[in-house]
Amino acid sequence: MTLTDKIPNETSALEGARQSLMAVLARADRDELAAILDRLGPVPPVTDLRQPETGLVMLRGRTGGEGAPFNLGEATVSRAAVRIASGEVGFCYRLGRDVHAARAAAILDALWQDGQRRGAVEAALAPVRARLAAEEGQVRSETAATKVDFFTLVRGED
Amino acid sequence: MYVAAKGGEKAIRHAHALLAKRRRGKTNLPSITLQQIAGQLTLAVDRVMAEGSLYDTELAALAVKQARGDLIEAIFLIRAFRTTLPRFGATIPLDTAQMLVRRRVSATYKDLPGGQLLGPTFDYTHRLLDTSLGVERECSEVDDQASAADASRLPSEPVAMPRVTDLLGQEGLIEASPEDTGEEPFDITRAPVSFPVDRSTRLQTLARGDEGYLLALGYSTQRGYARSHPFVGEIRFGDVEVMFEAPELGFAVSLGRVQVTECQMVNQFKGSAEVPPQFTRGYGLVFGQCERKAMSMALVERALRWKELGEEPGAPAQDEEFVLSHCDNVQATGFVEHLKLPHYVDFQAELDLVRRMRAEHEAQMKEAAE
Repeated sequence: MTLTDKIPNETSALEGARQSLMAVLARADRDELAAILDRLGPVPPVTDLRQPETGLVMLRGRTGGEGAPFNLGEATVSRAAVRIASGEVGFCYRLGRDVHAARAAAILDALWQDGQRRGAVEAALAPVRARLAAEEGQVRSETAATKVDFFTLVRGED
Repeated sequence: MYVAAKGGEKAIRHAHALLAKRRRGKTNLPSITLQQIAGQLTLAVDRVMAEGSLYDTELAALAVKQARGDLIEAIFLIRAFRTTLPRFGATIPLDTAQMLVRRRVSATYKDLPGGQLLGPTFDYTHRLLDTSLGVERECSEVDDQASAADASRLPSEPVAMPRVTDLLGQEGLIEASPEDTGEEPFDITRAPVSFPVDRSTRLQTLARGDEGYLLALGYSTQRGYARSHPFVGEIRFGDVEVMFEAPELGFAVSLGRVQVTECQMVNQFKGSAEVPPQFTRGYGLVFGQCERKAMSMALVERALRWKELGEEPGAPAQDEEFVLSHCDNVQATGFVEHLKLPHYVDFQAELDLVRRMRAEHEAQMKEAAE
């Protein structure tokens, strides 16, 4: 493997891990995020690069499910951008209007980018991942219980 | 000419105070919470999100409470709220094939990969009022039912649930969806609409259109006004991930999940010199669990495609300008309900005119009699 092959792969692996992190941070509730920050504390001083704010995104669908896009309707989104004292910049975009949760998530995103803290952040997030997985599992199994097998009957003579 | 009416401030203030009192109801009963509305009147909240065109369950629950359960008023409140926020951008289109499915049925195939899942549905209920829901007890019938649902849970691994239309598409038996050319879809909330419009504009308009109106128009197509012989290829409802490409990040992130209902209508086929016979389709996609709306949308969407498919026009549901110009219940209620506001000066003018015409008429009659 050459060096030029290796760098994009490592970058994309890291990017994938961060995407996974941000997906969990988007779904963690405000109390969970606060508890994680507590557990990781003390948090280095934080500078707000962008004041946490709420706005909208236009959600799109696709014609027929897979075709040309169309505008389906909007959703509320909160976002924040922070820099921690060690220099890492963290972002958050999440559905809903909870700007405090968005800011907490952006701080966690910044902490995670510090290689020394990444393990601790992931460990603190494990219960949230477990809760989300359990909820999804519950939906799957409840829904699976309603699976039907329709059968057709031949009526009358041919 | 528009002439303003002034005054009435005190009466208006008192009327609004009385409205607040009536909304609250009897104070010996607890005020209903937003969590209760969002958790127990879910389908009302879903409708407000869909037609308010804003996904936020908490806000929709608040709107339902503030509107005393008047859903069109609640939708109006949501539409007004959305104008107060900046827009950060548009998401990557939702991928309904990757849905965490809570319900999925097909009327065209009984055996399909991933199976048919009834989920929480009113279908096959007997539509008998359940009086036990009105009885206050420590452990009500509802709670018993909840534990029954828990007991029947089956261990289940994630299974692939391809869309039925994708299965038909693989064999070439159904028309393909219009291709994603990378062009930005038209946005009716940002620019005035001028007819005729493209398919994505129709879909956006229908997605926020009034459920009752679309139901009636969809029904009319079944009764023979632009008949298209529809089958429900598939209805699915569940959670989809919202992916957004934030400019400062340079990659797509998940914003969380939303619930949507999708309806794939499979309709009558026609061939031509260029195209072999194949099924055609109508599409419905709506926020929340709004199955009736998604089906109606798909029927109307299909009817509006008459020109492209070389069909005969003439039915109400095919009239694009008529259908799309009247499907927004906030616009409709605004114009209809404004009639009850003061029109005193206009009416005085008309009264005066009628009096003059009558006087002239009388004079003419008299003249004729002489």
